[in-house]
Amino acid sequence: MKCDLCDKPATLFLTQIVNGQMQKVNLCEQCSKEKGVTDPTGFALADLLMGVGTSETIDQPSASAVPLEKAAADPEDARVCAHCGFSETDLRRTGRLGCPACYHVFRSGVRQMIGAMHRGNRHRGKVPARQLDEGVLSERLDDLRRCLAEAVKEERFEEAARLRDELKRMQSTPAQ
Amino acid sequence: MMRFSTLMRRPADWMVGGGPDSHIVLTSRIRLARNVQSFMFPGWARKDERQRSLEEIQPMVAALDQMQDGFQTELSSLDKLQKQVLVERHLISREHAARGAGCALVADRRQRVSIMINEEDHLRLQIIRPGLNFEEAWSLADSIDNALEQQLDYAFDNEWGYLTACPSNLGTGLRASAMLHLPGLVLSEQIGQVIKAVNKIGLAVRGLYGEGTEALGHLFQISNQSTLGEDEPAIIERLERVLTQVVGHEDNARAKLTEDKPTMLADQVARAHAILGHCHILTSKEALHHLSMLRLARDLGHWNCPDAALLDMLLLEIQPAHLQLEAGRELDAQPRDAMRAEITRRRLQTTPAPDTCFSKSPGTGASPRNAKTERTNDE
Ligand SMILES: [Zn+2]
Ligand SMILES: [Zn+2]
Repeated sequence: MKCDLCDKPATLFLTQIVNGQMQKVNLCEQCSKEKGVTDPTGFALADLLMGVGTSETIDQPSASAVPLEKAAADPEDARVCAHCGFSETDLRRTGRLGCPACYHVFRSGVRQMIGAMHRGNRHRGKVPARQLDEGVLSERLDDLRRCLAEAVKEERFEEAARLRDELKRMQSTPAQ
Repeated sequence: MMRFSTLMRRPADWMVGGGPDSHIVLTSRIRLARNVQSFMFPGWARKDERQRSLEEIQPMVAALDQMQDGFQTELSSLDKLQKQVLVERHLISREHAARGAGCALVADRRQRVSIMINEEDHLRLQIIRPGLNFEEAWSLADSIDNALEQQLDYAFDNEWGYLTACPSNLGTGLRASAMLHLPGLVLSEQIGQVIKAVNKIGLAVRGLYGEGTEALGHLFQISNQSTLGEDEPAIIERLERVLTQVVGHEDNARAKLTEDKPTMLADQVARAHAILGHCHILTSKEALHHLSMLRLARDLGHWNCPDAALLDMLLLEIQPAHLQLEAGRELDAQPRDAMRAEITRRRLQTTPAPDTCFSKSPGTGASPRNAKTERTNDE
């Protein structure tokens, strides 16, 4: 069997099963050393606890990396974050964003991605105290009251108790 | 401030084991992803910008009450081996180690808390506790997060919560995961069904596989995938409910194994102890398998392990970078296998042999936490 990165014979075979999907990597001695994978089980053991890595450094595109014709052809692709220079094309290529402000620029693109990733499309968790203005506070109080009523109706009492505590905590939080 | 060598000499307190359901759940881990409003995400930022965000964030993190007398380092000041050891200790991720410039790690003295600066996000806060104990892990993460938000302008959106470099972490930025030892389910070939069922509920299962089909060391990780749409306690509660069920299935599978296949168990456990105590060449794969069988024997009350942390410590110490750090130089696979054998031999030779009589209830080796399993055996 050949190495996945070059054509030399592979000496190291790593198989990981993630969600029932088999992922195989075959590497030669040299490539495995370069990738820091000198011991498949030692390698994977750390990944198992830390979570298999998804982060990669996103390359800054050089001027030639995004052909202008292509950008002009699709107006969506031409959009760029004024704050950091990240483009819609970058978003499609990497599945990631360039800076927090990108979330305003590429809102519709991100909204499409979120559906398949998460159980809901609205944040229900913690809010940093400093960001809790009147508007957010009253919105979240409404949200909590609605959830509480649902939980009581469906006799999920443990959850109801938790929501009641959360509501109490929120109500005593002064808005900024 | 703690030195690297001191950090290495001290085991993290979760390595010493214990905690609820620790006969099956090795660790509970909470991770929070946070970013600062004014900086580009680390993967997109240029090196000089990453350096600037690091200079703003690191002092604040290091000044936290929880991190006093802890360990902090810029990754660029470490060599390759040192970084790999930190990966094996679960203090940084492989990606973080690979990144280098403009990245740092701050860890508390007991290595319960590690905060990666400029990994995929500006801040990755991680808490590891032994056993099934998300309550403690979450409350610690929450309190550190509360302290940080008073000083840092977190990137936050009313609709999507904490903004992260990857949309898969939006909302709470919370990943909760447990590492489980499931030899009963693997040996009784029920693991496939369990994985399928857990996936169906929207949780991720990761196993560790070599060339064969049997999970190495019978170790699995279960974690939430969705981070948006529910609050933190709801995410954690669902995961805990599923974990409690998996623990129940594993307990049953172990009890049934001792009833149905006592000779197979006796053989595997006796071999594991003999090989680990006498080998001169030991690959990671072989080590993981035998350590798993010894762990099973211990947790069934059939092996009186003199030191509760022995197996967990061995699991860490026999990893490649740890071996090379101990040797003080780089080692190829063959000398590593020899050194791995030497370490396990030294640790296990003097321990008592396991009680291989699985067909009746165990002898004096039984520890109280296995009472449930023993009762099942007697029925
Ligand atoms: Zn190669
Ligand atoms: Zn941007």
